[in-house]
Amino acid sequence: MSTSTVMNTVTNPATYALTDSWTMTRRELARWARQPVAVVVNLVFPVMLLLMFGYLVGGGRGVSGAYLDYLVPGMLALTMAFGLEGTMVAVTRDLEKGVVDRFRSLPMANSAVLVGRSAADMIQSALGLTVLIAVGYALGWRAQGGAGAFLGAVGLLLLFRFAMLWIGIFLALVAGKPELVQAVQILVWPVGFLSNAFATPEAMPGWLGTVVQWNPLSQTATAVRDLFGGPGGEPGHVWAAVAWPLALLALFFPLAVRRFGRLSR
Amino acid sequence: MTDAAITVEGVRKKYGSKDALDGLDLTVTRGTVHGVLGPNGAGKTTLVRILSTLLRPDAGRVEVAGHDVLTQAYAVRLRIGLLGQHAALDEELGGRQNLEMFGRLHHLGARRARARADELLARFDLTDTGRKPVGAYSGGMRRRLDLAASLITEPEVLFLDEPTTGLDPRGRAEVWDSVRSLVDGGTTVLLTTQYLEEADQLADRISVVDAGRVVADGTADELKAATGGDRVDVVLRDAGQLTTAAALLPLTGVRVDPDRRLLSAPVTDRMAALSGVVRALEVAGLEAEDVALRRPTLDEVFLHLTDRTKEAV
Repeated sequence: MSTSTVMNTVTNPATYALTDSWTMTRRELARWARQPVAVVVNLVFPVMLLLMFGYLVGGGRGVSGAYLDYLVPGMLALTMAFGLEGTMVAVTRDLEKGVVDRFRSLPMANSAVLVGRSAADMIQSALGLTVLIAVGYALGWRAQGGAGAFLGAVGLLLLFRFAMLWIGIFLALVAGKPELVQAVQILVWPVGFLSNAFATPEAMPGWLGTVVQWNPLSQTATAVRDLFGGPGGEPGHVWAAVAWPLALLALFFPLAVRRFGRLSR
Repeated sequence: MTDAAITVEGVRKKYGSKDALDGLDLTVTRGTVHGVLGPNGAGKTTLVRILSTLLRPDAGRVEVAGHDVLTQAYAVRLRIGLLGQHAALDEELGGRQNLEMFGRLHHLGARRARARADELLARFDLTDTGRKPVGAYSGGMRRRLDLAASLITEPEVLFLDEPTTGLDPRGRAEVWDSVRSLVDGGTTVLLTTQYLEEADQLADRISVVDAGRVVADGTADELKAATGGDRVDVVLRDAGQLTTAAALLPLTGVRVDPDRRLLSAPVTDRMAALSGVVRALEVAGLEAEDVALRRPTLDEVFLHLTDRTKEAV
């Protein structure tokens, strides 16, 4: 028998919720450290989109003022929305490979599996925002609303990402199959583009404009534009950008948690 | 403390309208290796998932290491190790990193988790590859690391769900050696397999499972004895004489296998049957390459038992 083996005396695994969540977060960070190329590609992709729409496709129908000032906040919001896909892929992979099963058979706090996932994805998204904002600055975009408004905008973007995260976890737990992940990977594009990220709804046909206006992604983008003091922002829109993600969370967080509990059915 | 490491009584589990487990009973004695043998879809994995607290049974009672899997799941988890059908490892991380993480999840603390990872790497002969990403491991190495990950705290009971499925013969031998060395340490092992040879090699006792029930239970020898007992095999030099010989020999229920030039029949009185066969061959002037008494193979037992349950349905 080994000397490093210990008998555990704790009777409630919830005691370990924090430590275990941190271990699970570290697991994800260690994976990224081992595959720097994949991480860089992930960070560069939204930058590429920004450059493509800013300079190649260009235009920005219906936008008054500099397009870059309209586009950068839109791209930030779009990047947060696309994060859903990354979350779903990661959760599906762990389910498929039986990693989640092994975790669930350990004397650890089960909630840590999901909490660790959220923490890691939020760190990655914060990093993504930083890179994209830095590139925006390099291209000449400026946030004009002051430090408080700037932080508020970042907060709204991360709140939106957090809602997307739990939708992603829920979808992975429901579908749990690579084929469905692919379907979501494809669908995330039209849903992302059916927003005001690149063009104003006023410049679109009536019905399309309505759909676009109601897209939660548009709510966040509009509020963020306002806080950054650029074109396309609407004063007072912040509340919609708080309410929408919270409503989505109120729906999908309990659904995801319930679904996770149902793995033992 | 009772003698049983695992007690399963009347366990049922339905998926939709399909019975995965249909009133399964099983007792595994402490410190033994118990083989659960059955075809695909027999309910083996469902059983392991219930035993390792991953799945709740619809009915019945299940105790592992003295604790109820439903009401004392956490106590059970402290005492078990699970090796699932697929290697549950992070391919991007190194072997050592994987083990360290599981050590932390067992709450060993950073330093002990590291020390334990090194111990296990050494024990499974993986020290040299500890830093390499698991994705670069061979199948056998990966399975060994997977096994090491399920042994972080020297569990009382270890579940191995088809541990060698998909491995080449060398990988299989590696895993078998590891399992044997575990049993010497006093761990109780429940092992599911589709390979009869594996059950024969590793298990002290075997439960044959079919359609969610145990259809037979015993040591490999007992199971062989229970299925029609001994057989006599006669291999002739000339395949053309098979039919003649089959009619001549003092045997009933003779099976003819022309490809192997083989006659095979069940016998009750071993010595009488053997001398009778030899005498009959001599008298008829038939040349035999081989005459032998043998126990049925586990393959024959298995086919016999699983066929029987299908007929009963």
